[in-house]
Amino acid sequence: MKFDTPAGRNPIDQLKVVGRPTDRIDGKFKTTGTAPYAYERHDVAGPQAYGYVLGAAIAKGRVRAIDSAAAKAAAGVIAVVTTLDVPTLGLGTMNYANLFGGDRIQHYHQAVAVVVAETFEQARAAAFLIRVDYAPEAGRFDLAALADSAPPAKADSGEGSGGDGAERVGDFEGAFARAPVQLDATYTTSDETHAMMEPHATVASWDDDKLTLWTSNQMIAWAKGSIAKILRIPKRNVRVDSPYVGGGFGGKLFVRADAVLAALAAKAAGRPVKLALTRPLIPNNTTHRPATIQRVRIGATKDGVITAIAHESVSGNLPGGVPETAVDQTKLLYAGENRLTSLRLATLDLPEGNAMRAPGEAPGMLALEVAMDEMAEKLGLDPVEFRIRNDTQVDPNEPGRPFSHRDLVGCLRLGAERFGWARRTPTPGRVRDGQWLVGLGMAAGFRNNLVMKSAARVRLDPHGTVTVETDMTDIGTGSYTIIAQTAAEMMGVSLDRVVVRLGDSDHPASAGSGGQWGANNATAGVYAACMRLREAVAQRLGINSADAVFTDGEVRAGNRAVPLADAAKAGELVAEDAIEYGNLSKSQQQSTFAGHFVEVGVDADTGETRVRRMLAVCAAGRILNPKSARSQVIGGMTMGVGAALMEKLSVDKRRGFFVNHDLAGYEVPVHADIPHQEVIFLDEVDPASSPMKAKGVGELGLCGVGAAVANAVYNATGIRVRDYPLTLDKLLAQLPDAA
Amino acid sequence: MKSFTYERPGSPAEAAAAVARRPHAKFIAGGTNLLDLMKLQIETPAHLVDVNGLGLDRIEDTPEGGLRIGALVRNTDLAADERVRRDYGVLARALLAGATGQLRNQATTAGNLLQRTRCPYFYDTAQACNKRRPGSGCAALDGVSRQLAVIGGSEACIATHPSDMAVAMRVLDATVETIDAAGAARTIPISELHRLPGDEPERDTTLEPDELITAVTLPKPLGGAQVYRKVRDRASYAFALVSVAAVVQPDGTGRVAFGGLAHKPWRVEAAEGELPRGAKATAEAALAGAHPTPDNAFKLALAERTLGAALKQARA
Repeated sequence: MKFDTPAGRNPIDQLKVVGRPTDRIDGKFKTTGTAPYAYERHDVAGPQAYGYVLGAAIAKGRVRAIDSAAAKAAAGVIAVVTTLDVPTLGLGTMNYANLFGGDRIQHYHQAVAVVVAETFEQARAAAFLIRVDYAPEAGRFDLAALADSAPPAKADSGEGSGGDGAERVGDFEGAFARAPVQLDATYTTSDETHAMMEPHATVASWDDDKLTLWTSNQMIAWAKGSIAKILRIPKRNVRVDSPYVGGGFGGKLFVRADAVLAALAAKAAGRPVKLALTRPLIPNNTTHRPATIQRVRIGATKDGVITAIAHESVSGNLPGGVPETAVDQTKLLYAGENRLTSLRLATLDLPEGNAMRAPGEAPGMLALEVAMDEMAEKLGLDPVEFRIRNDTQVDPNEPGRPFSHRDLVGCLRLGAERFGWARRTPTPGRVRDGQWLVGLGMAAGFRNNLVMKSAARVRLDPHGTVTVETDMTDIGTGSYTIIAQTAAEMMGVSLDRVVVRLGDSDHPASAGSGGQWGANNATAGVYAACMRLREAVAQRLGINSADAVFTDGEVRAGNRAVPLADAAKAGELVAEDAIEYGNLSKSQQQSTFAGHFVEVGVDADTGETRVRRMLAVCAAGRILNPKSARSQVIGGMTMGVGAALMEKLSVDKRRGFFVNHDLAGYEVPVHADIPHQEVIFLDEVDPASSPMKAKGVGELGLCGVGAAVANAVYNATGIRVRDYPLTLDKLLAQLPDAA
Repeated sequence: MKSFTYERPGSPAEAAAAVARRPHAKFIAGGTNLLDLMKLQIETPAHLVDVNGLGLDRIEDTPEGGLRIGALVRNTDLAADERVRRDYGVLARALLAGATGQLRNQATTAGNLLQRTRCPYFYDTAQACNKRRPGSGCAALDGVSRQLAVIGGSEACIATHPSDMAVAMRVLDATVETIDAAGAARTIPISELHRLPGDEPERDTTLEPDELITAVTLPKPLGGAQVYRKVRDRASYAFALVSVAAVVQPDGTGRVAFGGLAHKPWRVEAAEGELPRGAKATAEAALAGAHPTPDNAFKLALAERTLGAALKQARA
């Protein structure tokens, strides 16, 4: 189905099932332990041996030799495969670090060997017997030291957005110099790790030259293609299955060492192998969100009209890698005639930087929206009002190109009203509640909506059961449920008549889960397939499909009402289609918007910051399921608190690795850190996005939250910290004198 | 984890003897720290002697009016004991500031005292660490040291002791009772249990390898206001950047010990005379001779401010 004109009225608009806060249809499986995750696929192939991965002990250099004799002789060991046993493997799509093979070490904890044994414990014990002789080389590990010499770089977030190294509109320098009110500030953000609950894990099995991977991956079609490239085998010989994913956040967009090494290990062992990356290996072995150094300059008239805005970011990556696209939102969020955005990239020998939830916007909004707060203060304007004054309904780079639907102002106004923003004391450091310095902060939220081809197959059986098959994944987001809701709405059946099968590369290829594009595109693909199935049903029943109404388990036309199941009496009906997009997303800018509001308390003695309440007002088109969408947003808000207050991979700049590489050292928010969270969705649709009229929310919930927290800390204390996370050591020196 | 043998002895003396008999043997109690370290091959015992089930899990009144806490009393049970809550509030609060409910259900009194540092270089077997591999060096000295010691460290080690409970035990002047392979009992003041790293950072305590802690005894209650203030980057389930255990009497005198600053709970009795003069004077005296890294110098200001907050709370 080609989607090239804005959606008119269609069956989804009935909203009998779609748009309702339905419980997750997979919820009972997850809460009863009957939703098997990759490492629990005990029954798919057997007998399964266990793999254990050994990571490199150096950040850069070569492997001279590996002595695995003791490991091979250890109890229970079936095989050992070392990186010297195989040539350097291919690179997966959008990846820059080789996952295995050859003698070159590109980063710390790069896999150097995999041990296969009868039990996990035997494999782990044997891995410690392997002796690796390294020839270390000096590496580049300090972004700040290399920032000034970093060259401009083309951008690609790994999630579809990006652009040239530098983009200019008008004369930024001239306009900035002339602006009566100016801000020029530099912000730094830290490397972050995805820290999803389920580690990367795979069961691999070979049947002759055919490989099956039961794994944990967000993007099944990408995974299938990448595995074929990496192992240099035909794509048709690869099957990937990932029906349940225990969180990804971008860390499972790509094939990782677990899948590759499980495949190699299974080949060497001659039987299926199960393998998970251990937690301490994940931060350095896999990908991470790169640190940034961002300079923001804003020039405005005295009454707060932005005339010049520049956002420049430097980040680092391995050779061949791309920069963190931290300036993308600044091209679109606010008006201003003279503009400059640029990205520069330093070459580092740290592990591969790549997509993590809202790549680009998450760190970029942290800088931009703190800068906006600083600028509002210089102007003597309320931060909400300053943003509203600079709203734009067109792409500022191309004023002839409108937003498809943009209600940032609505988010900010409603949020201010509901949060009690008018009661904020604008002068910082004035509100005290016992030991706590209390402050309010806000930020805009912004993230683009991306459209991607997405396919599905729908079956109708003689019992009237509708089965949806697509390689779409549910990474904890609720895909199962919104897909079921879509099929139920389209076919006029109740939710319990729908079965959803996800994550199998034998199913039609979907958009997958990433870049908050999954919900809209995957359900639109199901919509397309259901339209085909409706035609097949009508034809089978001898009804003109234009007249057919699918409702209450029946197909009605005129005075006739036939049970839907009757259409499959003579045999199952199967329909398959994809949603494919025309130029709508080019002629109009599709984005999602939010207003984030936060109240914090900062301990006047110790500088400990604790969030007291949070509100997000989101405008993201039709909300397919307010319950699962809310879960997405509160998860994003929680991640925003983490980025603002505690999440940081600490770089050992001499040895070149992330030191705090486990969940004891890398702190993410716990329940006690997260107070009351409220989410409001504006009641809107965006007919330009798809027949679903929906857009994404999974990353919108994060974008801007960190800035709202940081702005609240400023309002509480009068201390402006521009280096994140905003840990207490950065506040101590400027807190009020201790008692 | 290396494979190991395992036994359950019948008495504390048998347990000590069992450890003495076998090379590379260790006691195991709750296992909340030891099992993690074994999985990472930071600890590689060849033999484990399980001291659960030896009847060391009782809390008894002492003739001196104090409490004798069995070595195997779980942190949860100790924190919930009515006498502890009434008479040793600093201890109950310290216990509840540590770990999580699940861990406290499993962790024991003696095991808590003997838990090992959380220095990230100690935990990474690819890195130099004198505590883990004597003579290999200390990567933390010029590495990432935000969490590490600001006082009492050495050129060989700047690890911190991670326990909250031990800081409260230190301020209460607890004593540790042990038994060895010969069946000989000994009593060690808690001030002499934990060591500074010096040039032997592999030795956390003054215990002999075959010496088993059987109980921890608290002297009679001190009265006063008892405060445990723990400061960390998130609200729960994190080790202290700085913690303060304080017992403050109505006349302003009292005792104070710090966590998160050193290789052992940090208490300088001579500095406590400054308590009536306030946090600044007390912290300056207690932390004289500190030698922080650029990463963790903030802990000195934080310690003073946290003590100030604790004293305010004690007076409230």
